[in-house]
Amino acid sequence: MGTITVQNLGKAYKQYPTRISRLKEWFIPRFANYEQKWVLHNVTFSIDSGEAIGIIGVNGAGKSTLLKMITRTTQASTGSIEVTGRVSALLELGMGFHPDFTGRQNVRMSGQLLGLSAQEIESVIPEIEAFAGIGDYIDQSVRIYSSGMQVRLAFSVATAVRPDILIIDEAMAVGDAAFQRKCFRRIEEFRELGTTLLLVSHDVESIKKFCTRALYLKNGTIGAIGSAKEVCDLYEKALFGDIAQDVILLEAAPPKSVSNFDPQLKSDCEIAYGDGRALVESIWLEDSFGERANIFCATDRIHLKYQVRFTESISSGVVFAFMIKNKEGIALFGADTAHDEGILNKKFSAGDCVILSFKINNAFASGNYYLNCGVRDDSGDEAAFLHRRVDALIFKVRPDANMFVKSGLINTSLEYSLEML
Amino acid sequence: MGMLQDIWNYRGFILGSVTRDFQLKYRNSLLGAVWSVLTPLAMILVYTVIFSGVMKAQLPGVDNPFAYSIYLCAGILTWGLFSEIVSRSQTVFLENANLLKKVSFPRICLPVAVVLNALLNFVIAFGLFTGFLILTGNFPGLSYLALIPLLILQIFFSISLGVVVGILNVFFRDAGQLMAIVLQFWFWLTPIVYSRSILGESAQHFIAFNPLADLVAAYQGILVLNQFPDWISLTPLLLLSVALFMVSMRLFRRRASEMVDEL
Repeated sequence: MGTITVQNLGKAYKQYPTRISRLKEWFIPRFANYEQKWVLHNVTFSIDSGEAIGIIGVNGAGKSTLLKMITRTTQASTGSIEVTGRVSALLELGMGFHPDFTGRQNVRMSGQLLGLSAQEIESVIPEIEAFAGIGDYIDQSVRIYSSGMQVRLAFSVATAVRPDILIIDEAMAVGDAAFQRKCFRRIEEFRELGTTLLLVSHDVESIKKFCTRALYLKNGTIGAIGSAKEVCDLYEKALFGDIAQDVILLEAAPPKSVSNFDPQLKSDCEIAYGDGRALVESIWLEDSFGERANIFCATDRIHLKYQVRFTESISSGVVFAFMIKNKEGIALFGADTAHDEGILNKKFSAGDCVILSFKINNAFASGNYYLNCGVRDDSGDEAAFLHRRVDALIFKVRPDANMFVKSGLINTSLEYSLEML
Repeated sequence: MGMLQDIWNYRGFILGSVTRDFQLKYRNSLLGAVWSVLTPLAMILVYTVIFSGVMKAQLPGVDNPFAYSIYLCAGILTWGLFSEIVSRSQTVFLENANLLKKVSFPRICLPVAVVLNALLNFVIAFGLFTGFLILTGNFPGLSYLALIPLLILQIFFSISLGVVVGILNVFFRDAGQLMAIVLQFWFWLTPIVYSRSILGESAQHFIAFNPLADLVAAYQGILVLNQFPDWISLTPLLLLSVALFMVSMRLFRRRASEMVDEL
């Protein structure tokens, strides 16, 4: 129970040049005239009972098609797929809820679709109601549900009776954090009881957290299959481009004094990507004396510098940009050179190396801040990143006498007085 | 046989669909299901009052003030069952695309639910009509039982045709559009509001090719004249139904899986 064996699985959609071609094929199969668009091909893998496997891949890689074949809503064109045990699937949003019916009616319908008897359905409804936690909305038509409420109800229905295989397709992202925790707790419970889990997500973190193995689908075929961590790393690398990993980034010159520099304050979560036509080779901060620093006081001037080397020549449209965020990832201050005609019209040749310098008056409340730096090409219809380094650097703002902020994200000068009348 | 088993296993879903469909129709209405009685009741009243009371319409050769009204209702009610099954099943797969794409269940349940749903509406309307017959002293008698095999034959024909059009309609929307037109012509080419005897000889020959004409005539014979149907005259319809049924099953087996990709 709960195993999935997929062999040489392939799915092709027929694309007919005209509507008539299909009709012709039906009556005279010899005159078949269509193109087969393969969305999945040569997929072979097997999942043991009780395993948790993550499926990742970019949009259109064939993830949903694969799941649809596992749940038997669509049939394979080639190969075979063998599933043992009862499958419960949360595909996309909802479970085919009918918008005009109430939540309760939809719950009954879903139960009926699973082939449950009326008594079985009535006996699980209170449980479903309690788990979904949508209150009186259960007796309102699904039309007025928020997407979060739909997911709540759908998840509750799909997991009302423990399935042998549970499939979750990017549905959880919609629910709020509290509900997500509740869902994951239930999934954990099921897993302990031996339910096989198939989790489709763009969020590699949750895959790494819940799955032991992962399957990376790439252009309709298996890109990689193996331990969740390895496959996820491979996927991220493919997603964001390889250059960050291939290029050894230069370490900025060591600081002369250590008073305003803490070597421990280093980012360990940097992500870099881009098309590789330029590289942000190094990023550093200086204080007002030109000393390398990463700790600043309330009224200090933060001097951001980064060095960019061009590997290809670019005739125009180059923009340099940076962004400062707090540790929650909220963007606080970002700026770029897009308004500067001089830079926009400047031609950079392969091998050119430039240093960007931004002087920023510190207006941040005390705390740690993360920095993104990048260079992009705005000449096309869509801005393209030549190289972007996200969370490349951390700096700290230290409280001192000029730090007036008691709550909030920014600090500014403050004078106050009290007058007795 | 597997299909019958599927239908039995999913009887809960089928019955649920029928109930939900019924509820959906009267959702947001104050009187609710009362409308399902009022609408056919109004129709029967209109035909009786107008044709018997106001126009004093007579059916040739029948000396009964209600004869034409009964004749009319017999044809219109049964035609209604036929056209409801056909037109609902031609869109049933499209309407349930959301379900078909997300949940795996025997597809055959959908047309079955359509039949039951149409039958429910028909039973309500026909029940009222029967009440009217009893009240006005026009209840036909024993021949009334002959309605049952006729209805079974009619439903068999309707759903076979409906499934064929329904599947075709998924791939070629023309099928549904065409069927709507065909149904219009078909209605007027069947002696429902007029009697076959008023037609010229050439038209009578032409009508003979309409398999439903004999069926409707059988209904009218029972309800107006208390005549048992001429069973032999229904053989063409039976043969046609069997042929259509085989076509529909073949189409269903071969195209049901492809259907989901097209929705």
